[in-house]
Amino acid sequence: MTDTLDASAAVSTTTGATAHATGGDAAGASPASLITGGGVRTMPMAKALNAGLAAALAADEKVVLMGEDIGPLGGVFRVTENLQRDFGARRVIDTPLAESGIVGTAIGLAMRGYRPVCEIQFDGFIFPGFDQITTQLAKLTARHEGSLRMPVVIRVPYGGHIGAVEHHQESPEAYFAHTPGLRLVSPATPHDAYWMIQEAIASDDPVLFFEPKSRYWPKGPVDLDSSGIALHASRIVRRGTDVTVVGHGAMVSMLLDAATLAEEEGTSIEVVDLRSLSPIDYEPLLESVRRTGRLVVAQEAPGGVSVGSEIAATVSERAFFSLEAPVIRVSGFDTPFPPAKLEGAYLPDVDRILDGVDRALSY
Amino acid sequence: MSHTAETLQLLAPDGRLVENERAERYRPVVDGLDEGLLQSFHRTMAVIRAFDIEAGNLQRQGQLALWIPSLGQEAAQVGSGYAARPQDHIFPAYREHAVGHIRGLDVVQIIAMLRGLSHGGWVPEEVGNFHLYTLVIGSQTLHATGYAMGVQFDGLVGTGDADRDTAVMVYFGDGATSQGDVNEAFVFAQSYRTPQVFFLQNNHWAISVPVSVQSRTPLFHRPAGFGIPSVQIDGNDVLASYAVTLESLDAARAGEGPRFIEALTYRMGAHTTSDDPTKYRADDEVESWRRRDPIARFETYLRGRGASEQFFGEVAAEAADFAADARRRTLALEPPAAESMFAHVYSEQHPVMDAQREWLRSYEAAFGGDA
Repeated sequence: MTDTLDASAAVSTTTGATAHATGGDAAGASPASLITGGGVRTMPMAKALNAGLAAALAADEKVVLMGEDIGPLGGVFRVTENLQRDFGARRVIDTPLAESGIVGTAIGLAMRGYRPVCEIQFDGFIFPGFDQITTQLAKLTARHEGSLRMPVVIRVPYGGHIGAVEHHQESPEAYFAHTPGLRLVSPATPHDAYWMIQEAIASDDPVLFFEPKSRYWPKGPVDLDSSGIALHASRIVRRGTDVTVVGHGAMVSMLLDAATLAEEEGTSIEVVDLRSLSPIDYEPLLESVRRTGRLVVAQEAPGGVSVGSEIAATVSERAFFSLEAPVIRVSGFDTPFPPAKLEGAYLPDVDRILDGVDRALSY
Repeated sequence: MSHTAETLQLLAPDGRLVENERAERYRPVVDGLDEGLLQSFHRTMAVIRAFDIEAGNLQRQGQLALWIPSLGQEAAQVGSGYAARPQDHIFPAYREHAVGHIRGLDVVQIIAMLRGLSHGGWVPEEVGNFHLYTLVIGSQTLHATGYAMGVQFDGLVGTGDADRDTAVMVYFGDGATSQGDVNEAFVFAQSYRTPQVFFLQNNHWAISVPVSVQSRTPLFHRPAGFGIPSVQIDGNDVLASYAVTLESLDAARAGEGPRFIEALTYRMGAHTTSDDPTKYRADDEVESWRRRDPIARFETYLRGRGASEQFFGEVAAEAADFAADARRRTLALEPPAAESMFAHVYSEQHPVMDAQREWLRSYEAAFGGDA
């Protein structure tokens, strides 16, 4: 047992893989998990994340991945599939089953100059690590008066629609968006996933990286040449004139579906993909609301004291005279996430979004 | 939960070297200590005690929001602090003023924190790799373990180069041993065989809760369950603290994995200046520990070796000067500018910080004057 756990042994087995990854060997071969060449490829988000992580591992030898079951298994969602094979056990580290331990040791590694990328297996399991994230990770740069950077990424598969058991379908992003010192982003597409994970890893600040797990499998285009947008920018993803709807993660595709349906009924919906929840890039949203005069905020998380509440308050303050209606929130209920057979009633769907749109239009 | 036959002691409370089989093992280390280092042990303990008392006075006079006394724990800290090499990294809890002083920290920076002027703010690499204090109990143990993993990844363990091989030492208290983080640190340390020494100062009280509530077994028995070699020492014996820490750090640097030291000591003062220990502990317990005072014990030992009255006089004067200088510089400390609170929340540019800094600036400017 000691042998398999001994990181010093892992170091020696990894040396070859590191040279391999950086193209140092004569053959110039690159790890199979690394996508080479440019252009646009179609792939699911899980694969885009895998390729983004491989690119980050290849680009900077200080990048290390750590988490539960991320090695030979490739993570429970296979996001890290083959990365340990390609980069070695020293850089893709299977950890003991302890979330506080994962985050706490990642902090220590970052103090030593590493750039750890932690995987929290499921949304509801981030809470054993909550203390290290909020009292330590978020504050250490300020506590050091800027002399210490904290380039730690915490990947969190989150959200519902997968029919899973308790603690496996939650959307706890507001806790972290509320915490000064953290950044928080959530991609909605494979393209954004590929680029945003690399940009998050390159950031010198701690980044909570919320991955909408129901979007892991649908395929979409990934432009391998350019991200086309900054990490913390929000983006108008569909133009419309009557109502603006905004959301993040898995909600974005639902908002787009709602917009398509509404169009058939003669309502023109503009869709904003928030992308970053901390900080929030308000300008595209405000510009949109100034044109449409109406805003619906949609999220899977409970509505009370949530990211949606914050957006509603801020838009009310900054675009008050442009609003024709109060900002409408469409969200999960303020209950614990229910048993999976009830998730359809709990989670906002296209109908609930359109109901919100109707309410906004009724003023 | 106190000294037993298992407790390693090299210097008895009467100031004489212990002669038994276990002590004999460390005799070469003790015999190898030069007079200068022995004198440094005493000087540092005396200086930090004077500073500690003066800082407590400053708090009582309204100059500090809080003080965290280290009175009585000087030997555990000074012995272990001197055992570390320059390249080693130290993760303190929040009472290790003596260790910080040994590593090169200006202790007025600790005062600045407790005067409400900073949250620490020193640069560990500039002060002998002495990291910031951590007030959430036990959190720093995981940081130390992660740091030690990084040291190992850097290939600085077990190379045989005494100037490069690096160990990490983390301090924590008896209360902290109940925290999940501390136990997770043991797990991770052993999983990855980190070059690390866990240094537990068992001062017998977690504010008002005695160590018997934290554990029904001696705390140094727990690491065995994690596979971590451990030893319990008389923490008021500076020689034991030095010799055992030296040995443990050497083992860690050599790649033998983590080690654990439980130093039995006693918090002679309050937990902090906000505490009132007369409400929960008996005078005779405190009195019994006063008779095991670490500095008096070591002074007797040095006198037995022929240290002069002049030496002790010089140390007393130096300690008084050190405390007076700390007082002077404390009173000269100025509060930082209000907008400094926005400066380092993030390393990279952040629009919310920019906006709120600007808002505060214009808000204050609206009052006119020189705000």
